[in-house]
Amino acid sequence: MADKIDTGMVDELESGPWPSFITDLKELSKRKPAVGQLLGQLNQSYKDKWNYWQGTVLNVDGYGGGIIARYSELSQQYPAIAQFHTIRVIPPAGWVYSTKTLRNLCDIWDKHGAGIMQMHGMTGDILLLGTDNETTFDCAEELFENGWDLGGSGGALRTLACCVGQARCDMACFDTMGLTTHLTNTYISQLHRPEFPYKYKFKLSGCPNDCACSMQRSDMPIIGTWRGPMQINQDEAAKFVKEHGEQYVIDNVITRCPTNCIKLEGKKIAVDDPNCVRCMHCINVMPKALRPGKDKGVTILLGGKRTLKIGDTMGSVLVPFMKMETEEDYQKLTDLVDRIWDFWGSNAHDHERVGEFINRVGLGTFLEGIGLEPDPQMVRAPTSSPYIKFEELAPSRFGGESKHNPAVRSEEVEAMERAE
Amino acid sequence: MAFDLNGVTYETDEDGYLVNLDQWNKDVAQYLATQEGLDMTDAHWEVVDFLREYYDEYKIAPMIRILTKAIGQKLGKEKGNTKYLYDLYPGGPAKQACKIAGLPKPTGCV
Repeated sequence: MADKIDTGMVDELESGPWPSFITDLKELSKRKPAVGQLLGQLNQSYKDKWNYWQGTVLNVDGYGGGIIARYSELSQQYPAIAQFHTIRVIPPAGWVYSTKTLRNLCDIWDKHGAGIMQMHGMTGDILLLGTDNETTFDCAEELFENGWDLGGSGGALRTLACCVGQARCDMACFDTMGLTTHLTNTYISQLHRPEFPYKYKFKLSGCPNDCACSMQRSDMPIIGTWRGPMQINQDEAAKFVKEHGEQYVIDNVITRCPTNCIKLEGKKIAVDDPNCVRCMHCINVMPKALRPGKDKGVTILLGGKRTLKIGDTMGSVLVPFMKMETEEDYQKLTDLVDRIWDFWGSNAHDHERVGEFINRVGLGTFLEGIGLEPDPQMVRAPTSSPYIKFEELAPSRFGGESKHNPAVRSEEVEAMERAE
Repeated sequence: MAFDLNGVTYETDEDGYLVNLDQWNKDVAQYLATQEGLDMTDAHWEVVDFLREYYDEYKIAPMIRILTKAIGQKLGKEKGNTKYLYDLYPGGPAKQACKIAGLPKPTGCV
């Protein structure tokens, strides 16, 4: 069956030096005929420049998400993929598996589905592709029995993702895996049952290297950082200078500092800590000599997302520094999250991410809504105009509009009057 | 696809949603609920009634938050959450309750 299907165009993806998913799928299609038909439909899509998948809704009892249901519009031609759904499964924090759990997952999947797995999708989930209306439920049942759970989809909290953190990495400034597990357990209801205007993603990185790409890829990036001076081991610094030469250190560490806050004095390193912006470059190049400071915590950002209502945005600072070690610290974080969800959830448009919401209503309104004091570090970029502009001194806008941003809710006007 | 009820034929799509929404009545709702394996109690009807009222006025299904808040205001705060709705409609308020209330099929979630 598989060899009769035309795959002329997708075959091109096998050329070149890179590993190809087409090669993998062809191998798999020897055991799973559906995969061969999948390649056929993909080839057809490339030819016709048209997506033949049609979205639908499929829920496991008690869950409002976790299954990405797709019907094929070419089911006449490719009956084996008439229903081809994806199951999202929550991976362990930091993606640390034992071989036993991985085997267990593969066995379940081989039994019920098309055998295609994605480790891990953009959301951070394990993606299992290729079930029909019946096998989806059988598979979910067996996943539950073995201690797995479904991930989030739709207007819900999405499956969390984090870097491996303190489990493997010296740079990590907080327990990413611990906090990921805590947030997942605390908000499991919001993860399984969509109740937000649109998706809400957390991603956690242990240090400003941001290995989880939280800033670009999540609504609420939580990134490890430190207060006060970074740790310097002058003996190791001297060793590094001796080994690589002064010129190497100047070219690759000193002159690459974005704020010029690091100096080489003889064989000693000196850092002007208040001007350090945590770019991590020097620490990455000289990991033995330089390390994050001792007083560790997190920076909480808000608003990273891909294009929808407005273009791509990266997260910007909401809370510049917060300790993240004790139960009380965790409680402080979840209190903040609850307030954000309440204000955003009650006032945002349908399909409006939190970053877009802030963009629409203004940061001032948003901060007032969630009850957080403004802080200079929340300013994403300083104004490009050299003249400081105060709203109340500014001339009227075009068409005689009010100088203030329009209120997003009725109480807002009162709050503004109070402020005046 | 289609089904017959009291001598009338009702056309449905491949997932069992009514094609012609004007055909909806309480008997149809009862029939669709039975197909879903649900026993319609007063609590179930309250959700369906709210959905229909909302749809009549706004021509879209309410966002889930609006639904939970409305239920919470009507029946008490402890019921104004998604868990209460999923206990009534295990298949989900968007999918199952909308189907029984004769609202259009929710689009796939992206």
